[in-house]
Amino acid sequence: MAVTRPLPRLDADNRPFWTGGAEGRLLLHRCQDCKSFVHPPRPVCRYCLSENVVPEAVAGTGVVDSFTVNHQKFHPAFEVPYVIARIAIDGAPGVYLTSNIVGCPADSVDFGDRVKVTFLQQDGVWLPLFEKLG
Amino acid sequence: MTVDEAYISGIGQSEIAVKQKRHPLLLTLDAVREALDEAGLGIGQIDGVSTYPGRVPAFLGFSPVGADELIDALGIRARWYAGGGEITSQLGAVVAAATAVRAGLARHVICFRTVYEAAALARPEEYPPLRRDRVDGHSQWFAPFGAISAANWTAQYAMRHVKRYGLTREQLAQIALTDRANACRNPRALVREPLTMDEYLSARMISSPLCLYDCDRFTDASTVIIVSAGGALDEVRCTPVRIAAMAGTVERHSWDQAEWMACYPTGAELWKHADYKPADVDTVQLYDGFSFQAVAWLESLGFCGVGEGGRFIEGGRRIALDGELPLNTFGGQIGAGRLHGFGFAHEAVVQLRGKGGERQIAGDPKVAVATSGGGPLATALLLARD
Repeated sequence: MAVTRPLPRLDADNRPFWTGGAEGRLLLHRCQDCKSFVHPPRPVCRYCLSENVVPEAVAGTGVVDSFTVNHQKFHPAFEVPYVIARIAIDGAPGVYLTSNIVGCPADSVDFGDRVKVTFLQQDGVWLPLFEKLG
Repeated sequence: MTVDEAYISGIGQSEIAVKQKRHPLLLTLDAVREALDEAGLGIGQIDGVSTYPGRVPAFLGFSPVGADELIDALGIRARWYAGGGEITSQLGAVVAAATAVRAGLARHVICFRTVYEAAALARPEEYPPLRRDRVDGHSQWFAPFGAISAANWTAQYAMRHVKRYGLTREQLAQIALTDRANACRNPRALVREPLTMDEYLSARMISSPLCLYDCDRFTDASTVIIVSAGGALDEVRCTPVRIAAMAGTVERHSWDQAEWMACYPTGAELWKHADYKPADVDTVQLYDGFSFQAVAWLESLGFCGVGEGGRFIEGGRRIALDGELPLNTFGGQIGAGRLHGFGFAHEAVVQLRGKGGERQIAGDPKVAVATSGGGPLATALLLARD
């Protein structure tokens, strides 16, 4: 059996984010009062202190803000080299996700690349990975 | 000497090695003894302890000794103490101590950082590695994507400089080359061999643009800085070094949600509290767990503009031991070993006291900057010999 990636321990705050992929949805916490997105997910808005914060689906597209190609075997679940990127999420200003850019050669990723989410399910967790668009 | 200011009196350091057999508490004791001897203080005169990040039971190699244990083991009667990781990086422990002595809560505070990461790797049954099966807190946003090392997180900051400002590998190499050249003159340094540009450029990548030589090395060691109150300096034998200004900031303790690195606002904050300006600084000891952090600190502290760090260090002359702004004169963490923040303050004091031996910079240095962190957390100290 393949070694699984290190996986998050699910709790009330992070469960929507890590399981939304079961329905193909990238869920981010959003304040219903000031409409800001709150990530990591917490039960209070960091911009207006409202407690009216609920998970909401976003489009699942974004832009590569920065990246690195990792060459070191830090964990058996990952074949090197692989791309780690910081992705600015469309429609959710101020939210960035660290993830992998998959489905393309590691040396083909660059700043500004447009990407779309694709989910990898492992052990009840849906990890939002990203692939290049177009 | 000013009664209401804080000073560094004794400093100490254990042997720096890998896979030490010596108990981490005893490594800490080695550093305490050296610091007490230099200051001419006895353990009975110590009335405060400060450390970062405290004992970390889930990852003992990272921090095997906490303040509780040191106080108990050495029979210290503390009037004030603190230890923890929720502070503006490693030298935040020195800021806390300086604040305490200025408030009159203590007279002589032992600040320490003990690391045992190399020994822990070699003896996992005694010092188990961090478990990574189910992660929570901060790690959950990185580890599931193989962003497991701080190298991965820092690399993405560095990549911005590559793409936006044209930082080259030849420029970045100057941090490692300078560190390794300086380490050759430091009898305690872990890696006492020079590094050539060819070796650097042909090294394997760890996490682009960071190669093997951009990363510090695990070590087992302890560093102690004694912070003393201005009003207690009559008990101190060594030349006191004044903590002339200090700053520490956090925007968000997150390697991906914060807009940019915390060193930048920290550098700006430091000068607000200082009677000095960057041109007054004789030497800089800048955190280099990864080489790029030192570049970012140079920019943050105003020695050059944002994005100009690569050109500032190009060729290496300016930051060399005999350059206009000697950097990491003990070898930094890349050359001397991963002392985790405290080594920079230790070396600043060594240089300001003229005790650098073969690595002593010329010109009777009086002002130095020491920093720690730089990513989501950052601390800077301005140190002066009056």
